[in-house]
Amino acid sequence: MSINQPTLASFATLLSGVLFGFGLALATMIRPESVLSFLQFDDFGLLLVLGSAVTLNLAVFWLAPRWRTRPLFGDTFQTRPFSIDRRSLVGGILFGIGWGLCGVCPGPALAGIGAGSMDLLVALGGILAGALAHGLWASRQRDA
Amino acid sequence: MLINAFPHGMQQYLVGGLFIGLGIATLFVSTGRMGGVSTFFSAIWSYVSSAPYFQSAPIVSGRRWRLVYSTGLVLGGALYVALGLPVEATHVPAWKLAVGGAISGFGARLGGGCTSGHGICGMASLSVGSMLIVLTFLSTAIVVAHVVRALGI
Repeated sequence: MSINQPTLASFATLLSGVLFGFGLALATMIRPESVLSFLQFDDFGLLLVLGSAVTLNLAVFWLAPRWRTRPLFGDTFQTRPFSIDRRSLVGGILFGIGWGLCGVCPGPALAGIGAGSMDLLVALGGILAGALAHGLWASRQRDA
Repeated sequence: MLINAFPHGMQQYLVGGLFIGLGIATLFVSTGRMGGVSTFFSAIWSYVSSAPYFQSAPIVSGRRWRLVYSTGLVLGGALYVALGLPVEATHVPAWKLAVGGAISGFGARLGGGCTSGHGICGMASLSVGSMLIVLTFLSTAIVVAHVVRALGI
């Protein structure tokens, strides 16, 4: 076969996004009201969404590196290097304020637009503006 | 009790969550990557902004796969509609979507992730830091959502 690894990796990445986006739509998470009704304790469905996605990947993240030394179309299995500090806690609080206000997070904003919920373009624009402000701010921190 | 907790049933949540998990699992098994979504919103700016943060190696090196992944997310939503499955319009006012989106976008980047990065990838990696961030944003969001409703905003 002449299809090279990067092409296969890109195709698999696209497929991963499609599955993810389809799941968000199926779980009604692309509708801000579904998220808000969880946060307001009217419907605890979001916990089931999170629970099933996490449970599956607890197994996959543990098994995959034991099953193979490297991913199918890549070099290494990555881990999430993250250590909590004051800055990231402030980030978590800000994310919670915004999420609690509008009921939209980054994944559902993308999948929702694919599903034709054009109202979410406003949320997408907001997230883009927030990420721009963060990057410009972080750039200034770096210069200082 | 269980009926009250899930007035719309449990099936769409469990099955939807499995598809979400399957997407993240497929990305990991095929490329070894952890598929949080929020970094994409910084990576996309690297194509237009010369600010040092956007041109830093971690942002630029991942921008291509993140663009492909995010395109997949949009297509996944489109596939859902193409299969004739129902979508309800939102009644959340535009100003809340704009303001909430901007604050959460800034916060997700400052906090190193969102519901997918910390919530799914981080927790499934048993990262204590991610779990603490999830507790932080979840409890904050619950308080904010209750206050907003109580005030009738």
